[in-house]
Amino acid sequence: MIIEKFFNKWIMFFLILIPTCGVIFDEPYFITLATKVVILGIAGIGLNLALGYCGLISLGHAAFFGIGGYVTGILSFHALNDEVLFSWPLAVSGSSEMLIIWPIAILVSALFSFIIGLLSLRTSGVYFIMITLAFAQMLYFFSISWPNYGGEDGLSIYMRNSFPMVNTMDPLSFYMISLFWLLFSIFISLRLINSPFGMSFQAIKQNEERVKSVGIETFKVKLLVFVISGTITGLAGSLYTDLNRFVSPTVLDWHTSGEIMVFVILGGMARLYGPLVGAAFFIALEQTLGSYTENWQFWLGLILILVILYARSGILGLFDKKLKHEK
Amino acid sequence: MKSPKTNNSLMTLILFFEQLLNGIQFGTMLFLMSAGLTLIFGVMGLINLAHGSFYMIGAFSAALIAALTESFWLALLASLAGAAIAGVLIEIIIIRRLYRRDHLDQVLATFALILLLSEGVRWCFGAFPLYLNIPNVLNGTVPIFDNIIYSKYRLFIIFMGFLIALGLYILITKTRLGIRIRAGQNDRQMISALGVDISKLYTIVFAIGASLAGLAGAMIGAIQSVEVGMGEPILILAFVVIVIGGIGSIKGALVGSILVGVTDTIGRIFLPELLKVFMESSNATSVGSSIGSMLIYILMALILIIKPSGLFGKS
Repeated sequence: MIIEKFFNKWIMFFLILIPTCGVIFDEPYFITLATKVVILGIAGIGLNLALGYCGLISLGHAAFFGIGGYVTGILSFHALNDEVLFSWPLAVSGSSEMLIIWPIAILVSALFSFIIGLLSLRTSGVYFIMITLAFAQMLYFFSISWPNYGGEDGLSIYMRNSFPMVNTMDPLSFYMISLFWLLFSIFISLRLINSPFGMSFQAIKQNEERVKSVGIETFKVKLLVFVISGTITGLAGSLYTDLNRFVSPTVLDWHTSGEIMVFVILGGMARLYGPLVGAAFFIALEQTLGSYTENWQFWLGLILILVILYARSGILGLFDKKLKHEK
Repeated sequence: MKSPKTNNSLMTLILFFEQLLNGIQFGTMLFLMSAGLTLIFGVMGLINLAHGSFYMIGAFSAALIAALTESFWLALLASLAGAAIAGVLIEIIIIRRLYRRDHLDQVLATFALILLLSEGVRWCFGAFPLYLNIPNVLNGTVPIFDNIIYSKYRLFIIFMGFLIALGLYILITKTRLGIRIRAGQNDRQMISALGVDISKLYTIVFAIGASLAGLAGAMIGAIQSVEVGMGEPILILAFVVIVIGGIGSIKGALVGSILVGVTDTIGRIFLPELLKVFMESSNATSVGSSIGSMLIYILMALILIIKPSGLFGKS
């Protein structure tokens, strides 16, 4: 664990170094990529709570990522076109203020994770995997067939939503906003993991029956973890829409669920910074392989299979072992 | 003379019947997918996300052979053979190592396999969709009752689906291989202790599942188009089917498939019509089609509330 902490310091260093380099060498694309890593990292940190710490294999986190994304897209779409969002029972208009959008995105994704969790957690094992997948897919098909917000073509919002006193269109400023949320979600995870509640959901991963037998209502614990996990992922979705100034059904596609899961596994499960490292590795792979060949996903698939078959503990785990041997 | 109203309701009835048949046709194809999926899970305990890739491989094998020989029947055979060969190879190289792993590893490895296979097929065949032609014998329509005509090819699909369901039933209940498969479902260690070559049995089961998916891909490929990623939507529907039917149960897969196929087809057509009674027509169409696309998932949620282990699943 001490070694992991040492690595975490390096990760923090890179989080500051990379955008600084971007500014010095005047490469805004670099900063945008780093922002993407940070946002996808947040999504992974959300999933990691349910998957890595509580053992809930959700293949449906794209649902929450997409909901956060669509809430943001829809609110700012209405603000842009000056239309009311709905007129009954209260007339509500859209908004392009991040400070208003975030709480709404958080609330809506919490609500959806609550409903989906309530239904899915009645089952376990393979059923749980398939049902979370199916619910995400349901929202995906809904987003395609609902014509008001672009349907299959998606929704463009042209301008990033605004934050008081900050020019969000500046890549570095937006990076800082995303970085804040990353640190915040890491902080929340850390606090949760070390709390009594965190002990109980980590114990559920080990042996649910035993946790039940000491009198903890495991269903409630799992549901709460699932909701927190989905909400963090939803927040990442909200930032992702702002990053791209665009949201489309692709964010709800089950490939997104798979990719978020890949971040968690690549980095190393149940490690606080694991998903961030996983996301960074994924984006780096996409960029380098993508520049050599159009069929980069083929190689990505191959690398993933090799990692799963032979390097179970992920990238951070790999370093962990090496350093232990050197000692 | 018939009044316009009865005429109208007769039309609705005909439309309903046609859509019912379409739903059953869709359901039989879902059955080919979900039977393999549920068999593989039941016997090997493997959750295989890459099952849709065999659907795609079957369709591409068929399109390739159809282009070379211009025979639809050879193409169907090729779909079975192509998917089975791919199934055997992939089982031996990769899947075999996953049986002992937990579900998470299986999900990730087979997810990675999808990326690899989809991109591999795109590499070989290009990004443009291919087309498979329906043979002349099956082109056109046949009258079923007085007023109802229906596509011959779709009837053929329904027929094939039920034929294969029957074949699977005989295979599982009456043959030696079937006994081994059932024994494998019940107690893996015991049957390997009794001298059954378990890894060969697993390869065979995997190949059967893959070839059924491949056949479904070829048959649907002739109605739609043969393209990369064609297996994914149907894969997820097959998941819904086996969740509804109960994982590991072939009977459940059959009932679930027909249920999902019919609900999906009928819902998409009739829900907008139904909603027109309550709201204005353009709204009804958009709301109806959006809810129609969610209907099977709502069905799944309802069944889960009543019976969390599916209709025929062991709790």
